[in-house]
Amino acid sequence: MEKESSTGRKAVSAEQSVSQTRSMKKILSGDSIFKGITICFALSILFILLLMVYEMGRESFPSIRQFGLKFITSSTWDAVAEDFGALPFIYGSVISSLLALLLATPLSVGTAIFVTEISQKRIGGIISALVELLAAIPSVIYGLWGVLVMAPWLQRSVQPFLIDHFGYLPFFQGAPYGVSMMAAVIILMIMIVPIITSISKEVLMAIPQSQREAAVALGATRWEMIRMAVLPYGRSGILGAVILGLGRAIGETMAVTMVIGNTPQISLSLLSPAYTMPSVIANEFAETTTRMHSAALMEIGLILLAVTLLVNVLARLLVWSVTRGTAGGGRIQ
Amino acid sequence: MGIKLKLEGVNVFFGNNRAVKDVNIDFHANMVTAIIGPSGCGKSTVLRSINRMHDMVPSARVTGKILLDQTDIYEKNADPVSIRRRIGMVFQKPNPFPAMSIYDNVIAGYKLNGRANRQESDEIVEGSLKRVALWDEVKDRLKKSAMELSGGQQQRLCIARTIAVRPEVILMDEPCSALDPIATAKIEELINELKEQYTVAIVTHNMQQAARVSDYTAFLYLGELIEFDRTGKIFTNPEKKHTEDYITGRFG
Repeated sequence: MEKESSTGRKAVSAEQSVSQTRSMKKILSGDSIFKGITICFALSILFILLLMVYEMGRESFPSIRQFGLKFITSSTWDAVAEDFGALPFIYGSVISSLLALLLATPLSVGTAIFVTEISQKRIGGIISALVELLAAIPSVIYGLWGVLVMAPWLQRSVQPFLIDHFGYLPFFQGAPYGVSMMAAVIILMIMIVPIITSISKEVLMAIPQSQREAAVALGATRWEMIRMAVLPYGRSGILGAVILGLGRAIGETMAVTMVIGNTPQISLSLLSPAYTMPSVIANEFAETTTRMHSAALMEIGLILLAVTLLVNVLARLLVWSVTRGTAGGGRIQ
Repeated sequence: MGIKLKLEGVNVFFGNNRAVKDVNIDFHANMVTAIIGPSGCGKSTVLRSINRMHDMVPSARVTGKILLDQTDIYEKNADPVSIRRRIGMVFQKPNPFPAMSIYDNVIAGYKLNGRANRQESDEIVEGSLKRVALWDEVKDRLKKSAMELSGGQQQRLCIARTIAVRPEVILMDEPCSALDPIATAKIEELINELKEQYTVAIVTHNMQQAARVSDYTAFLYLGELIEFDRTGKIFTNPEKKHTEDYITGRFG
């Protein structure tokens, strides 16, 4: 009896699957509709980007016509006299991002190497999860911590120390304000460590195990193996990770605005307040009174957009050149 | 001829899985010893235990003794790094360092031993490349990337890189499996020359190759050593029925 019923059930399920294929054929036209819809969605992203560039170009046109190249070479930012030059903001963005990158790169690459090459799998997993958790913290929280905890600490202990001992250097001159280029650099560093670490980790994991074996078989120690086989192979991918970090740093708004001091000046000293492109847009946009003022802010936005786009495309190309084809390629562990 | 390398009761475990069971093989100095057997029989696993490559895999464990000139390389205070400098290895797929030039690839391992001056390096690179019959093909482009070479040339480059370290034993893990017949013939010829200076162990799934290049042959099946003898004997008059079945192609 039981046997019979089970074969009966099989027959039923077979019939079901036949009818399923039939109904599949019926909804094939639905398939093409679905395809059309997804294509529209995908294209809309591109459309939004192009629209954004177009709108920003249009809105900033008065400023572009009025100031021309002077816009990026002048340091005057006077909303009353309607004289706008973005150099301090460009300077602030570039310097804060580059310095943050300089500090974050060794930290991140070191962490990635530890996680992929040195630590036990479980410990490495915990560490990389924690690092990636850093990326989940809202930037306003970083800013809050920066302005309430870090900046006062810088003002009380770090900056006076630097002034006392290294005050002869142009980088550590002036009064200790706390909120400063230095504070922005540190906050940015913490914020870009996760992205550089996790992408470097991906890149290192994509390196074929045969490369490591080649070095080890020649009598390389672990460090020699990393230096000889791992880092050179992953070089361009790690560079890509670093540039992605740069993109993130340049575009970061909230946390930087809260700790950098928002003063449009160009100073070599890391102790003095500065200003960045995203910060000035965020701070002034609500208060624009003249067309020219908003056009100038738009033009800053356009410059920012161009820089970040360029940086991101470059980075993606570099990362892609390493991970392409070799991803998961014969890594044993 | 003396025995250069001796495997005594070698077992290799991956976790709880015993991949190699009580294997005993003697590798004679200046001879080529082939390890043959069907896929998954543990031949590469045996080979990789000889220069402690399993150290890289956390779950792997090797028991038994592997004596290099009477010294156990798995002894507590044995240094795997210096062992690997004495026992070089050539892998299945050519794996030159892609970011390095041909010249730097050859000298890479030697440099690990300490600083080499310019002249010394030049001599080692030229000597090693001549040894693998690659010198004439690459002498005009030593500074070019190693990736410009063909597969067979890359494999010979990897052999040159291995002998530049001046090892005593060379392990080859199916060195021709990724190569075409012409490149294979070149490598086999090279193996024949290498044994004048080195003790060679080669893993191969190709029985004809084992018959052509080796002096001794070990036949492994399911992690166990079935038979080990002179190559001539194994291929013409094996002791075990199992060996005969394999070399006559009745299974495998």
